[in-house]
Amino acid sequence: MEKIFQLSADIAKLWSKYGGSYLSGMKNTLILALVATIIGCMIGFICGILQTIPHSKSDPPVKRFFLALIRVIVRVYVEAFRGTPMVLQAVFVYYGLPYFTSFKFSNVWAAAILVVSINTGAYMAESVRGGIISIDPGQTEGAKAIGMTHVQTMMYVILPQALRNILPQIGNNFIINVKDTSVMFIISFTEFFAVHRAAVGATYLYFPSATIEMAGYLCMTLIASFLLRWWEKKLDGSSSYELVQEDQLTMTAGTYSHPDRGTPFDEQSKEYRENLKKSMKNRNFSARGER
Amino acid sequence: MSETILQINHLSKSFGSNLVLRDIDFTVDKGDVTSIIGASGSGKSTLLRCINLLETPTSGEILYHGENVAGRGVNAAAYRSHVGMVFQSFNLFNNMTVLENCMVGQIKVLKRNREDARKQAISYLEKVGMAPYINAKPRQVSGGQKQRVAIARALAMNPEVLLFDEPTSALDPEMVGEVLNVMRDLAQEGMTMLVVTHEMAFARDVSSHVVYMNQGVICEEGTPEEVFGNPQRQETKDFLSRFRNN
Repeated sequence: MEKIFQLSADIAKLWSKYGGSYLSGMKNTLILALVATIIGCMIGFICGILQTIPHSKSDPPVKRFFLALIRVIVRVYVEAFRGTPMVLQAVFVYYGLPYFTSFKFSNVWAAAILVVSINTGAYMAESVRGGIISIDPGQTEGAKAIGMTHVQTMMYVILPQALRNILPQIGNNFIINVKDTSVMFIISFTEFFAVHRAAVGATYLYFPSATIEMAGYLCMTLIASFLLRWWEKKLDGSSSYELVQEDQLTMTAGTYSHPDRGTPFDEQSKEYRENLKKSMKNRNFSARGER
Repeated sequence: MSETILQINHLSKSFGSNLVLRDIDFTVDKGDVTSIIGASGSGKSTLLRCINLLETPTSGEILYHGENVAGRGVNAAAYRSHVGMVFQSFNLFNNMTVLENCMVGQIKVLKRNREDARKQAISYLEKVGMAPYINAKPRQVSGGQKQRVAIARALAMNPEVLLFDEPTSALDPEMVGEVLNVMRDLAQEGMTMLVVTHEMAFARDVSSHVVYMNQGVICEEGTPEEVFGNPQRQETKDFLSRFRNN
């Protein structure tokens, strides 16, 4: 019990000194993860679409060559960035580019977003490809049959459905990014985890700071998964629908203002009502008679 | 002699070493209702899919108003927008409502404005009796209703020919009638139709022309009276007798 009080006191001490830094670290982490996930998804979508362009042996050789080249490039990109650690990718981009060229990153944000985006894109490329493949080929045929081009088919029919299917995967990637951006301290990007390193460097309160970090990360990811669930539900749309009665005949059914008023066919005419009464009576009689 | 819309010359299609269609020749004139009948695996659907270029023919030509569309460098999308197709499995766009299904092609392919597309879509949905369901998603309506929407979607493109690929084969028996009624009305209005079907009564009563296919070739063709009343080939007789016995 005493230890818990000690921990609370240490956390309070850390927070009073570094609270602002922790919060701004969280903000940086969230912005980086969000922007990089969005850009990464775009890269993933582009790669996924490029990989699924239909090709057949009857295409002209130039087209076939380009399609094959595109597939090879995408393949290499995916394998290279999926198969190496993001920490090293960050080092390669941030220190490697200036090493070989005169290019220098003016700010660390650009480098961080670039690295995380490219990394996410490599994962998303495969997810998008899977999402596109998972859509029934009949959807493509239906779109082709009304004269849509490949791009139109993708834009209006396949991708909206694929997006719904890979949304859990996008959520996964966002949450992974929230946590994995912590390796960006290597290029001195001040996200949430970098604040921890700074704080413990000055105070040596490793465990209390880590507790704050844990709680912080969990908060961010829980909110993220809640929002994603909500978005999924919204995309699924309503499970019911309203009937629209455009047909005039069905509109008038059940109302009393039909054109037969005053004729013997009018339900409200005297004659009709008397006839109705009579027939009702007869029916009652016969019903009793049968008993 | 009415105007010829489609002329198929020496069409062949093989999947690998399996020759599915062999040297098919026939023509579709304006206003024709052609039924293609035959056993499963006789190449009926493949023929229809070749005509719509969903399958690439191995050899032969498909002349659309005298222009070969089966060759290389043809704008298949533009050609398909003139040739409607109704599938066995409906293939409605699952991400759109019934109304959007009938509008998207008009807006994106024919470049009509939204208002016109909407009017046109609703008028065809009324024709197939699906106007009250414009806000429903495909997953919320029955098979017969889906197929009627699919017909409205094809009609909304104002096609010159409408291809039907076994439109009632995936339906429960009680829903077949509603779809066949819509098709019968279309035939009476003079729509040019090419129908692959197992509904012999429909083929006999509605079509102006019947094609019997067997093992990838056109075995016999003629008017319904000729093919059903007085079949010349033994294969045709055998095939039809199987249906009579049922």
